[in-house]
Amino acid sequence: MLVVENLSVSYGAIRALRGVSFHVGGGEIVALIGANGAGKSTILNTISGIVRPLGGSIGYEGEEITRQPPHRIVARGVCQVPEGRRVFGRMSVQENLEMGGYTLAGGKELARGIERAFALFPLLAERRRQAARTLSGGEQQMLAIARALMSSPRLLLLDEPSMGLAPLLVERIFEIIAAISRDGTTILLVEQNASMALAVAHRAYVLESGEVVLSGAAGELARNPEVRRAYLGE
Amino acid sequence: MLEGLINSIDPYILQILVNIGIAVILALGLNVITGMTGQLALGHAAFMSIGAFSGALLSLKTGVPFSINLLLSGTVTAAAAAVIGWPILRLTGDYLAICTLAFAEIVKVCLLNLEITNKALGLSVPPPRSPLPMPLTVLICVCLAIVASAFIANSRFGRALTAIRDDEIAAESMGINCARYKVQSFAISAFMAGVGGSLYAHFLGYINPSDFGFHKSVDMLCMVVLGGLGSIPGALLGAALLSAAPEFLRFMAQYRMLVYGALLVSLMVFRPNGLLGGVDSAAMLLRKLGLRRRCALPPREGS
Repeated sequence: MLVVENLSVSYGAIRALRGVSFHVGGGEIVALIGANGAGKSTILNTISGIVRPLGGSIGYEGEEITRQPPHRIVARGVCQVPEGRRVFGRMSVQENLEMGGYTLAGGKELARGIERAFALFPLLAERRRQAARTLSGGEQQMLAIARALMSSPRLLLLDEPSMGLAPLLVERIFEIIAAISRDGTTILLVEQNASMALAVAHRAYVLESGEVVLSGAAGELARNPEVRRAYLGE
Repeated sequence: MLEGLINSIDPYILQILVNIGIAVILALGLNVITGMTGQLALGHAAFMSIGAFSGALLSLKTGVPFSINLLLSGTVTAAAAAVIGWPILRLTGDYLAICTLAFAEIVKVCLLNLEITNKALGLSVPPPRSPLPMPLTVLICVCLAIVASAFIANSRFGRALTAIRDDEIAAESMGINCARYKVQSFAISAFMAGVGGSLYAHFLGYINPSDFGFHKSVDMLCMVVLGGLGSIPGALLGAALLSAAPEFLRFMAQYRMLVYGALLVSLMVFRPNGLLGGVDSAAMLLRKLGLRRRCALPPREGS
């Protein structure tokens, strides 16, 4: 579904990615794990068109989407949940969801999308009129995911969904990720919380200073002694 | 009848009212880009001057009626904004503010040196070719500007602007073409400034490039900030207060600017979001009329 080849990105003189290659198959959950500054978020931002790559290519459903503007990429069915949630603080929960469905054609589709979001996140339904900035961190993360799902993406890019959340909420978020995947959405997940990411993902890539150093099935990686030492705290 | 009504108003008061009207149009225009879209523009006087000089030249060189004159002045200004907006709206925050500021200076210097704008002497503007008296024309333009602003604020386009203001990266992730919307919003904003400028030129009868300096841009920004960024009634109130204040404070002679400054400072201390910032005036009005239950946010249509 998504094929990234030899992707290089630099911020000024700093090389953030050095020839990263990976692929995501339809229906999979693929995790990118690695420490701070390994280039995980850069990969997602480059796929969604916010960051322009120096070289390499990104193919999505057989077509090249490298260097396309972000709104075109969203229109193709790739949607990103940005790092740090970034909900529209002054808008209500419902208005946030409406913004998520901005590319949708009609009011009917919008209403159906909102209904679906509230079915997946009943908590948000209770707070539909509340301003998004008054929600807790976990609720904001749920809203950010619900908002991204509004455009019915085929590929969902999740950037650090567990950041700053209590362990119980982290589990809840990962349950939701698994549920979204069961509904047929392909997911590319970036995480620092390697144990949770490897538990939910099918396959994973380990990044270190802008390069893929390890890849394989998530279960295998979780048993790999190097990964255990570096990312699982053993 | 209307003419009789206008003639019955004291000319001094009428002049203040027309000044307020023009200020309202300018403030509503600036409110689109700075209030709704959240892009700090510090050079709006430049757009006002482009509108004023195009309006004046149209009146001097051609015989178009005043309504067409206003439309054309607005369009010329909007086109100028689109051209300059395309490169500079990629910048944000301080950088955008500095760029708009620089643009305003360039426009001023150009107008001061062009033969067609009569260099530093400025232009004398003939009275408008219109059957309507000036105050009435201004009133109609104010109404149109309010309706247009309200329409933009409640449209799909307006919601995209609000999203850009709240979080540009998130807006981009939602599939909103930020660059395009920002340029469009800038052009709409400039259109209103252009119309306001042309009205100003014809009302005063004389314009000089030095009238449209940094001070004017800051005046407009103060009106929008005072009323509450993004609030349409706020822009109205801010424009009305700030254009009337120097007149009402006239009895204090040379101390009036001191009071004016102190008023602004105390306002920012006590109401940092502006007089009407964060007030949903439409919902408040409906509630007062007993048409709607009290709730934090009004229910949205279409759901």
